[in-house]
Amino acid sequence: MLGGQTALLETRPVVDAWASAVCKKEGEGPLGDLFDMIHTDDTMGEDNWEKAETRLFMDAVKRCIEKAGVTSGDVRMLLGGDLLNQLVASNFAGRELGIPFIGLFGACSTMAESLAVGAMILESGSADRLLCAASSHFCTAERQFRFPLEMGTQRPPSAQWTVTGAGAVMVSNRRTVLRPRPVITHVTIGKPIDLGVTDATNMGAAMAPAAADTLCRHLMDTSRTPTDYDVIATGDLGAVGSALFEELMREKGMPLLAHRHVDCGLMIFSPEQDVHSGGSGCGCSASVLCADLLPKVQKGKIGRLLFMATGALMSPVSANEGESIPSIAHAVVIERPEEV
Amino acid sequence: MRGSQNKQKDERYLKLVDKLTPNSDLAKGLIRAFWVGGVICVIGQLVNDAAKVWLALSKDDAGMVTAVVMVFFGSLLTGIGVYDRIGKYAGAGSIVPITGFANSIVASAMEFRREGLVLGVGAKLFLIAGPVLVYGIGTSILVGIIAFFVGV
Repeated sequence: MLGGQTALLETRPVVDAWASAVCKKEGEGPLGDLFDMIHTDDTMGEDNWEKAETRLFMDAVKRCIEKAGVTSGDVRMLLGGDLLNQLVASNFAGRELGIPFIGLFGACSTMAESLAVGAMILESGSADRLLCAASSHFCTAERQFRFPLEMGTQRPPSAQWTVTGAGAVMVSNRRTVLRPRPVITHVTIGKPIDLGVTDATNMGAAMAPAAADTLCRHLMDTSRTPTDYDVIATGDLGAVGSALFEELMREKGMPLLAHRHVDCGLMIFSPEQDVHSGGSGCGCSASVLCADLLPKVQKGKIGRLLFMATGALMSPVSANEGESIPSIAHAVVIERPEEV
Repeated sequence: MRGSQNKQKDERYLKLVDKLTPNSDLAKGLIRAFWVGGVICVIGQLVNDAAKVWLALSKDDAGMVTAVVMVFFGSLLTGIGVYDRIGKYAGAGSIVPITGFANSIVASAMEFRREGLVLGVGAKLFLIAGPVLVYGIGTSILVGIIAFFVGV
């Protein structure tokens, strides 16, 4: 334990393998060449959107197992989640995969949440190899949170586009000299923060205070400054949320260096793709982590990464009942392999 | 419950949110809504006139035919995936006319078809259009009662 909310992982769990699966629009974005799997059809050949998202989740998990060179029987636990009621996509993927499963809901922060929980399970010695995954699908999220797809509605400039994608990361405590891999050194579990934002089309504004709170808490707990990180990657704050997050950090006296803060929601799409403020959804941070960030850590291009996915903990019911939107952010520190 | 100190901070943050959130381009939105909504209404008027002239219908009957035709085209364009693009461009210009009403019902039908004909389409058909019907019919009843007693 470090400070109030951070766990120092003395066993330094190893990030063994990672894989991402996305759909066409994401494949046409700036990171297009980096994804492991790009579906051209948003139904993935299934007959409804929920099944399609389940397929996406399974694709990422299966590819990750394949890349690690193990079998699903070697995986002790699968931790994952998505945005849907009763975690439909990941629970049903769990049914197919036959791996002991823990379902997690952290809205769009699920990838960081599953990595954080997974790393702490490894630290405790309760498992030696597990998978952390998250997925989202534009069409399932639209129905869950917004309008039917064919409704002719306009989005305001602050709205974000749910990424159709999934990412899976295998973490273990098995080090080999032959295959140096990134390690997880710290985990900071965030608090739900609510500064009274009620606009469901401005999730970035709702999530920015949570990101700022978790980052401040993390830096205090570890006695570090933002400059100790080569990259601080937020999950899906988008353009509006990123600007607010940077402003909040400045106010707190811990300004971020512009080029060291990246946002997965801004990385996955280009502005020409008509996504307004940027990408969002669990699949956004999950697929960007697996396609871009982890490979860079592995190659040593990023020495120390703070991966901090943010989630807006809103439900359409609570919004109708007049509640504001609480948000959460969890942070995971990933460092490059010592041997590189 | 939030403390007063926290509440104060809230308002400061919400002001910051307002400052950093880009607004929709109102002028552009109004112009688009005006011309698309206008075109839809002109088409409606043409249908109405055609019904009166060619079908020799009364004013009331022609109005009914116009509604039927416009709802048909609104539904057709929704079904072939065009109306959502019009709506994205025109905003209220394509939501307010009766074609927008058709769009909201057909879009719901398409979305919830997978949940079955009874609990899917049946239960959720008026998910978006429901409030319009409830308050539209409610208001008309109210106005009817007033008209009855005032004797207009």
